[in-house]
Amino acid sequence: MKIFKNMLRAIQGFLRHLPLGLLSVIWLVPLAWLVMTSFRAENGAYTTYLFPRGWTMANYTRLFTETGLFNYPRWYANTFIVALCSCIISTLFVLMVAYTFSRLRFKSRTPMMNVVLVLGMFPGFMSMIAVYHVLKAIGMEQSLASLVLVYSGGAGMSYYISKGFFDTVPRSMDEAALLDGATRSQVMWKIVLPMSKPTITYTILTSFMAPWVDFIFASVIMKDRYENYTIAVGLYRMLERENIYEFYTRFCAGAVLIAIPITILFIAMQKYYVGGVTGGAVKG
Amino acid sequence: MRSWSKGDIFTKLSLVIFGLGSVVRGQIIKGLAFFAVEALFFYYMLVSGAGYISKLGTLGTKQQGWVFDEAIGINVLQQGENSMLILLFGVLAIFMVVFFIFFAVKSVQASYKAEQLRKEGKKPPSVIDEIKALFDSNLHKSLLILPGLGVFAFTILPLMFMILMAFTNFDQNHQPPGNLFTWVGFENFKNIFWANPVWARTFVNIFIWTIIWAVFATFTNYFLGMLLALYINGKKIRLKKLWRTIFVMTIAVPQFVSLRLMGILLNDEGAVNVLLRTLGIIANNDSVQFLSSGTLARITVILVNVWVGIPYTMLITSGILMNIPADLYESAYIDGANRFQTFRKITLPYMLFVTTPYLITQFIANINNFNVIFLLNQGGPRSLNYYQGGETDLLVTWLYRLTVDFQDYNLASTIGIIIFIICGGLSLIFYNRSKSVREEEVFS
Repeated sequence: MKIFKNMLRAIQGFLRHLPLGLLSVIWLVPLAWLVMTSFRAENGAYTTYLFPRGWTMANYTRLFTETGLFNYPRWYANTFIVALCSCIISTLFVLMVAYTFSRLRFKSRTPMMNVVLVLGMFPGFMSMIAVYHVLKAIGMEQSLASLVLVYSGGAGMSYYISKGFFDTVPRSMDEAALLDGATRSQVMWKIVLPMSKPTITYTILTSFMAPWVDFIFASVIMKDRYENYTIAVGLYRMLERENIYEFYTRFCAGAVLIAIPITILFIAMQKYYVGGVTGGAVKG
Repeated sequence: MRSWSKGDIFTKLSLVIFGLGSVVRGQIIKGLAFFAVEALFFYYMLVSGAGYISKLGTLGTKQQGWVFDEAIGINVLQQGENSMLILLFGVLAIFMVVFFIFFAVKSVQASYKAEQLRKEGKKPPSVIDEIKALFDSNLHKSLLILPGLGVFAFTILPLMFMILMAFTNFDQNHQPPGNLFTWVGFENFKNIFWANPVWARTFVNIFIWTIIWAVFATFTNYFLGMLLALYINGKKIRLKKLWRTIFVMTIAVPQFVSLRLMGILLNDEGAVNVLLRTLGIIANNDSVQFLSSGTLARITVILVNVWVGIPYTMLITSGILMNIPADLYESAYIDGANRFQTFRKITLPYMLFVTTPYLITQFIANINNFNVIFLLNQGGPRSLNYYQGGETDLLVTWLYRLTVDFQDYNLASTIGIIIFIICGGLSLIFYNRSKSVREEEVFS
C-alpha cells in the first residue's frame, strides 16, 4: 500500500513538472539549434534535414582567420571599445542627473523633468538621421567616437531607475552631514554614492551591454563602413541574401561567442534588473 | 525683467554690454565671462548664424545646375545651396539666439544682485566663492551642464530638425545637394490622412495593425508570463531556480541573434517546416508559410513575441508575487475559495495594482517595438497595396524603412510626430487614471 502511495506521489510530482519541462524545451530548442548549427560542417541556411551531416570547429576558427570580407575580431574589439567608453560616460551622466533630480531642489527642476518626459515619447531613432547629419557637420560621421556619443550623449534622459533608488536613501544622513559643514558635492560623492552600489552596478551593466545588443543606431551611423561595424551590424550583414549561404554557420558561431558573455552578465545582474523595473512600482 | 527696471544705469546697460554691471561692482572675471559670451555670439552670428537664419524662410533658392552668366556670356555651373544644411544650422542658430537671450537676462540679474549687495554694504561674491558654490548650493548646475549639453546636441536639436522636416517636401525626389526642398505646410499630414490614397491606405492599415499588435503583445505576455511565474512559485514545484534560469537565458541572448534565428527557423524552407515534413504532418514539398503569408505572419510575430517576452514578465512578476501577504490566501481557502477564485480576487487585483505603470510603459514600448518586427521578418511579407510597407510593419518599422532605404524624410517625420501624439496621449490618459486610482484607495 505504502509503495503504491509513494508511486502515486512520484507520478503526481512528475506530472506537475511536465508542463515546465515541455515549456523549457520550447524555450531552449532554438538556442540549442544555434549552438548545433555553429558546429555544422555544411554551408547553407536551409537544409532538407534536421541534424548536421558533419561536425567541425572551422566555423569558429574561420571567423578569426578569414577576415577579408567580414572582420569579426575587429568588430568584437570595436564593440568592446565603444561599450567601455559609452559605459563610463553614460554612467556618469545618469548618476549626475538622477542625483540632481532626486536630492537637490531648484527652481527649474520640475519643468526640466517634464521636458525629459515629453522628449522620451518621440520614437528614439526618429532623430537618428538628423544625428547623422550633425555628426557629419562636425566631421565625425561613421567613426567609433561618434557611436560612443550617440549611445551616451542623451543618456541623462534615462535617469528614472537611479533616481528611484536615490529617493530611498534616507535624507537624514545628508542633512546631518550638511550640518557638520560638508558641502553638497561631498555629500554626494562621500555619503550617498557609496551607499548606492546596487543602482551603480545596474547602470554600469546596462550601459555596457547596450552597444552589444543594439542594431538600429549602429546600422544608421556606420552605413557601409565595414571596418567600424559593431558585432550586431556585422552579424546582421552576414545574413543578407548574397551572404547567407556562405556565412550562415559562421553567423551562428559568431552569435554563440557574443551570447555567452552577455548571458553571463545578464544573469549576474538580473536581481538588479528586477529591482530597477519594479522598484518604483512596489512602493506605489 | 524686474531687475532691469529697478536696477541702476549699469544694470540697465548690462542688457546691451554683457557683464558691465558685474565689472563695475568688482566681479571682474564674472563680468568678462559674460562679455566673452556676447562677443562669441556676435562673431558666430556674423560668420554663419545670421546667414542661415535669413535663408530659413526659403531653405535656399540657388539650385545646383547650369546658369547663364551674362558677364561672360556662357553657361556656368552654379554651386547649389544645401537645403538640409540650411535647415540644420538655421535651427542651431535659433537655439543660439535663445541662449543669447537667456544670457542677457542672466547678465542683468547678476548685475542687479551685485548692486543690491553693494547697497547693503556687502561685498559681492568673488570668483572663488562662486566656484565653491558650484560644488555646494549650485551643485545642480555643475551636475546638469554636461548631461544637458549631451541631451541638447543628441536629442533636442535633432528632434527639432526632424519635426520641422515634416513640414517640408524632403523626399526621395528632393535630395540635397543636387536638389532643393522647401516648406509645404501641412501638406504631408493632409496626404497621409486622405489626400494621397496610397499613403492614406498604408497608414490606416499599418496604424490599425500597430494597435492590434500592441494590445495582443502586451496582454499575452503579461498574463501568460504571470501564469508561468505563479506556476513556478507554486509550493510543490522543485528546482525553482533552475526553471527560472532556463527561461531567463532566452532573454539574455541578444535579440538580434535570437530573433534573426527565429526568422530563419520559421522560413518556408526553415527547420520548423523540415521538422513538420519529417514528422509527416505536411507533404514533402509543402510548407507552412509562417512568415510569408499576411495573416499567418501576423499570428507568428505575436507568438514569437510571446516566446521573447514571457521570460521578462516572469522575471519581473515572480518577485512581486512573493510579496503578496500569505494570510490573504489562507483566509480565502478557509472560506472555501478555489484556486481560480483566489487568482481572480486576490492575485490579479494585487498585480494590476502594483504593475499598472509597468503595463503602461510596456504598451507604449510595444507600439514602438522595432526589434521583434524588424529583426524577425523586416516587416514582411511586402504588400503591393502599401507604400513601401509590409503586412507586419508597425509605424516605427515603416518609419525606419522610409528613412534608411527610401529617403522619404518628410513622410517619416510626419509618422514620427503621429507616433509621438499617440504615445503621449495614451500615457497622459493612463497615467492620470492610474494616479487617481492610487490616490483614492490603498490596496488592502
